[in-house]
Parts: sequence; C-alpha cells; structure tokens
Amino acid sequence: MTNALQIFIQQFINGVQTGSIYALIAIGYTMVYGVLKFINFAHGDVYMVGAFVGFFAINGMLAAFPHLSPLAQNINALILCMLGCALLGAFIERLAYRPLRNALGEQDAWPWALFWALYVGLFVGPIVEQHSPLNSVGAFLIVTVIAFAALVPVLRIAFRAIGTRLKPSHSRLTALITAIGISLLLENQGQAVFGATPRQYPDQNLKTFTFDLGKIELTVTSGRLIILVAAIILTLLLIYIVRYTRIGKAIRAVSYDPEAAALMGIPTDRIIALTFIIGSSLAGAAGFLNHNLGQLSFKADVGIQLGLKAFVAAVLGGIGSIEGAVLGAMLMGLAESYVAGSALGSFKNAIAFVILIAVLLFRPSGLLGRNVTEKV
Amino acid sequence: MRHNKRNKPYLLRSLLALSLALCAGVAFTGCKTEEEKKASDSGGAPPTTAAQPSTTPGTSSAGGDKIVVGEYGSLTGDQADFGTQTHEGIQLAVDETNAAGGIERDGKKYQIQLEKEDDQSKPALAETAVKRLIDEKNVTAILGEVASSNSLAGGKVCQEKGVPMISPSSTNIAVTKLGDYIFRICFLDSYQAAVVARFAHDVLKANRVAIFTNKGQAYSVGFSDEFKKAFTRYGGQVVASATYSDTDQDFRSPLTALKQANPDAILVPGYYKDAGTIARQARELNYTKPLLGGDGWSAPNLITIGGDGVNGCYFSDHMSIKDPKPVVQNFVKAYTAKYSKAPTSMAALGYDAAKIMFASIKAAKTLDKKDIRDAIAATKNFDGVTGNISINSDRNADKSAVIIKVVNKDFEYATTVPDPEKPLSQ
Repeated sequence: MTNALQIFIQQFINGVQTGSIYALIAIGYTMVYGVLKFINFAHGDVYMVGAFVGFFAINGMLAAFPHLSPLAQNINALILCMLGCALLGAFIERLAYRPLRNALGEQDAWPWALFWALYVGLFVGPIVEQHSPLNSVGAFLIVTVIAFAALVPVLRIAFRAIGTRLKPSHSRLTALITAIGISLLLENQGQAVFGATPRQYPDQNLKTFTFDLGKIELTVTSGRLIILVAAIILTLLLIYIVRYTRIGKAIRAVSYDPEAAALMGIPTDRIIALTFIIGSSLAGAAGFLNHNLGQLSFKADVGIQLGLKAFVAAVLGGIGSIEGAVLGAMLMGLAESYVAGSALGSFKNAIAFVILIAVLLFRPSGLLGRNVTEKV
Repeated sequence: MRHNKRNKPYLLRSLLALSLALCAGVAFTGCKTEEEKKASDSGGAPPTTAAQPSTTPGTSSAGGDKIVVGEYGSLTGDQADFGTQTHEGIQLAVDETNAAGGIERDGKKYQIQLEKEDDQSKPALAETAVKRLIDEKNVTAILGEVASSNSLAGGKVCQEKGVPMISPSSTNIAVTKLGDYIFRICFLDSYQAAVVARFAHDVLKANRVAIFTNKGQAYSVGFSDEFKKAFTRYGGQVVASATYSDTDQDFRSPLTALKQANPDAILVPGYYKDAGTIARQARELNYTKPLLGGDGWSAPNLITIGGDGVNGCYFSDHMSIKDPKPVVQNFVKAYTAKYSKAPTSMAALGYDAAKIMFASIKAAKTLDKKDIRDAIAATKNFDGVTGNISINSDRNADKSAVIIKVVNKDFEYATTVPDPEKPLSQ
C-alpha cells in the first residue's frame, strides 16, 4: 500500500511541476481573451521565442561575464527573456491585431515597415556582408535600418490611400486566422533562422532532493522547485496588479466593456498592448525556466504542443479568469501526470482533451468562468 | 480615428532613437574580426538558411566522366548528429576515391559526384528527398538513411524506381524487406537487441529490466520487441514497460512508474535526444541503476543533452574508435585531419557504405542500375572500418556489435559480444 501512496504523491509532485508551466502560458491566453474576446494562437510560439532568447542570453552571459554567479546570470537572462518576449508580444499586437480592430491606416506604417525591413535584412544582409568589412550581425542591422527608413514613408502613403476604403473588422474569424498565421510564421521563420537541430541549455548543476518519510521516498530537483516558486511569485504578482492597482482596474474595465471604458477616458489601445506585454513576458519566462531549470532540449516547434495544452487549460478553468487559468493548468498537469504513469500511458496527450470535453458539456463556460447570457 | 498630427513627434523621435541604437550596435559588434575577413577574402560562400536543401557538386576534373551518387540524410532535425556524421564519412570516401583517380572501369576513369538532400529527420521529407534525387538529379545509386523510419520511406521509392540503395545504419528488419534493390551494411536490431540482452543478463547481472519505448519510431519499437524476446530466452524478466512519443519532453511520470517496479536496469532503445533527456530525468528521480540503449545513442550530443545523467550507462554500437586495428586508425586519422574532430561509428558506417557502393560500381558488368544492384549483392569479405562486411541473401550484413560504456561524459569500449546466444564467461 505504501508503494501506491508513494506513486500517488510522487506523481502529484510531477503533475504540479508540469502544471506550473502550463499556468504561466495559460494566463497569457486568458488575459488576452478577457480583454479582446480573442484567442491568441501565436502565444505558444512566444514561449518558444522565450526559450531561444534565454538560450542565447545565458550563453552570451557565460561568454561575456563568466565571473558572475550562476544566480546573477540566470536572473539577468530571465529578465532579458521576459523583456524580449514582451516586446515581441507588443509588436505582434501592433502589427497584426490592431489594424483589424481599427482599420488599417497611417499609424500601422512603422510596424509593417519594420517587419518587412527585417526580411530585407535577412536576405540582402549576407550579400552586403560579403562586399564590406561588416560581419553578419552588422550587415543585417545596417540593411534593416536603411530598409526601414525607406519603407516608412512609402507605407504611410500606401496605407493612407488604402485605409480610406476600409472599415474596422470586428469579425472574430478574421482575428483567429490572423493569429494562426502569426503562429505559423513564428514557427517556420524560427526554424529557418535557428535550424531544426535541438538546442540544450548549459548544465545548471541542479541538485536532487530526496525526502525519506519512512517507507515513502519522494524526489524533487532544485530546478523544478525554483520553477514552481517562480511561477507562484509571478502569478501572485499578476493577480496583485490586476486586482489592486489602477492599471489593473483599467484592464478589468476594458475586459468588461471596451466602449464604456473608452468613454471613461481609458486608453483602450494602450491597455490592450499592456495585456499582451504582460501575457507574453510570462510566456517568455515560462520558456526560459522550463528549458533552463528543467534542462529540456527544444527546437522551433516546441510551442505547438505546449501552447495547445495551455489553451485547453485556460478554457477548462474558465477563459477570461486568471484564477481559472491556474486551476485549469494544475488540473491538466495532474491528469497528465497520473495518466502518463499508468498503464494507459500512451493516452496522456489525449486525456487533456477528454477532460476538456467532459467539463464543457456540464459547465460550458469552464470551471470558474462567468456564465454570460446574451441579451437579445 | 486619426492621431497623426499628435503622434508625429513621437514617431520621429522613436525612429531616431531606433536608428541611433542600431548604429551604436553596429559600431560595437558589426565589424568583422580578423578571421572573418580572411574567410570572406578567400571567397566564402554566402550562408544559406538551414531549411533549404542544398547540393554539393563533388570534385570533378574539367570534361571528365562523372557518376552521380545520391545521398539523403537528416542533416538537420532530431537526428542531425547522425545525418551530418554519416555525410562526413561519405564525403571522405568520395574525396579519397576521387583523389586516387575516381572509379576505374573499362579503361575509363569516372569521378564521383555526390548529390545530397536533407530530410530534416522526417520520413515524409525523406520520401520527397529521394524522389528529387532520382527524378531531378538522375542519380545512379543512393546512400541513406540512418533512422529506420526514414529508410523505410525513402527505400519504398528506390525499390519502385529500381535504384539500388545502401543504408549505412538502419537496423530495423523491415528496411531490406522492401525489395531486392535495398541493402544495408550494418547489423539488425534482432542481433543488436540480443547483444544488449546478453550483456545485461550475464555481465550486469540484471534479471529484472524495464523497457521505455518510443512508440513513434520503427527502430525503437523493433528493438524493444527483439530485446524482450532475447532477454526472456536468456532467463531474464521484463518487469515493466512504458511508451513515449517523439514530441514528449517530460518523462518523469512514466519514469516514476517504471522506477516503482524496481528494475535492475531500464532499456531506452531510442535516439540520443530522447535518451539523453530520459537519463537526466531518471537521475533527477534518484534512479541510480544503469540505463541501456542501442546504436541510436551513439552521438556526441548524447552527452550534451544527457549531461552527467548518462554516466554509468551502456549501449551497443557498430565499432569503437579506440579499436587499434590499422583500418580503423587510418580512418580516424584521415577523418580527424579533414574535419578536426573525432569520428563516430555513424561516420564510419557512412564511409564503409560509400566505399562498398564504389567497389560495386567498379565491379558491375555495366553501369546499368540492375548490374550495380547485383554487384552490391555479391559483396563478400569487404574489409571495412566497421568490420568484415559480407552481404547475405537477405541483403543484410553479418557483423559483430560492441558495448560502449559512458564514463565521465566520454565513450569507453566495454566489450564485444560476437554471439549473443552463447553465455558470456563473466
């Protein structure tokens, strides 16, 4: 019997660890849905970008500042990672989602100019590199800046002309397809730039803690403990921001009724950008923590599965509710852990969706979701 | 709503800031170092993005006769280590043969032109890669692949179109069963798994073993089945088994279940990427007994991914580069001179496969694909780097396997098991 108890508790620990990563990503899904009523399918790929940014950040730290303590290096890399992903999330929102809400116009010229300038840099950069004293990074930067400066005025004129004929699109389908497009873009461009070979973070010299409680032996690694603690801290920080600060109040206002919020003087576009920033920085943190402290290898398609499961977790817990996202994520992590360790191990990916369908049948708005009735 | 007039100063200012920042970045990091200048002065080729397939024209003398040989491999992706090493072995063989004048037959000397295609470790892309080699590049014969799943996909096309194919290292039995144009120069999983089973039972004294299979890879599934059969025959017992899939990263839950059965060893017959992570996580769960594997483990990245977790583990392999035989050491010297790193058994297999291919092309009655196929089938007692190679009637090779032990993040030769059906004296 102690054997069964040991497995039960150990799988519980494993499940909570898995769930903590799902929670960090699910929060991003749920916040964006709450504010925009829109599922950001590209969110899982922000996690992937976080894993890569963190990878280069920590290797850069080790090369440039080897005298810093591992803790300092990790924290610096984590901050860089969260910053990078925050910028990416804000940029995606500005580039692809905002022009759908507010019809395409002059104000969208610089994001698109930057986007296309990056591609020009990617393709023309190597040619410039060959015929100049610049290395690949320098050539890429110079070409991108020049292309950007050239494209901005061109696009401003073009978008001004196009914009007069367009109305904002409130179609949920359009936004969804755009999100899927961004997701595919990130995955495939990521693979083209980073290659298809799995990457591994440098060894973190993590310790395994074994707890011997009489006949039960439980193990946890220091890395996984740190991930759990970090996830708890970040989630509590987020809940504090959303519940007890003015800016959190603004976010909640926009999620209840964007038009009324705008009438009350809340800059809805900026609040939406902030929501993306918060969600994306959490996903970036998850990417860094999971692969660095969990020591898992990854490549450009790592966001697909994880993003899907985190999305399911958010829906399970009630999309739009942050506590729901955390609850749903923990439930999914635990379910996966118990199923993976049982005889039905090969169904571990399926169990998440089975639970989702079962819950939605009886509680369509999720476990902690608000039941919104449509007034006709 | 138009905000242009109000945001103009913002836009201009942010543009200026962006440009200044980028210029600063370029000034600090953007200029070439001495080495990079030398490389570009000597006419380095522009870098290509990793996802594009590329072709490498082999050395060819101006106006000489050429024989085009195709190669498809996992140059990127999960098994990139295997693909690149196999390619390096093949390229070394091509360069050596071309430098010695090429393939000589009927008084003419043919230079070998190697056309390579990347399948990113994916069977679907392996199929398109082989189609491209045959239809567009008009290859006479094909070398590839390493992963059995990819060989099965590519071999199907080769058999359909009647192009002889030699797989350097696919060990699943189904590969040569595709048809009479498909060969392999390595041992089978049925042999390899039996070797590991015999070693585990007799040397490690492991009577209870758990198996952790990658259900998405033909290699892993086949290996697990063969191991179970052999291990039970030698008197051992498989006490638990679990499966995982290619996309899994977190193996702690199934490992917890396997550990619960208290096995003396866990067999993980997967590729190095999974095996490394599994070994690491097994140690995190405080499982200290050895993990066992097959030739899928044989890559330097096993250590990078597995870290200290793989110490004390064993796997079967085609050869050890520490073998003092002259043919092995000559190969190691030539490979190290060309690539500035030590070869692996995959590179050696690629080298042997290429050399056997060239020898068969030389010995064939005509340059017709059917005659080349017959010549490959007639290969007997080829003195290869990976051992004495004879192609038998099933188009497989009868060879010995070695056991490698991972010691202090390095591969050490443990022992050779020539015949797993005979008990080992230890």
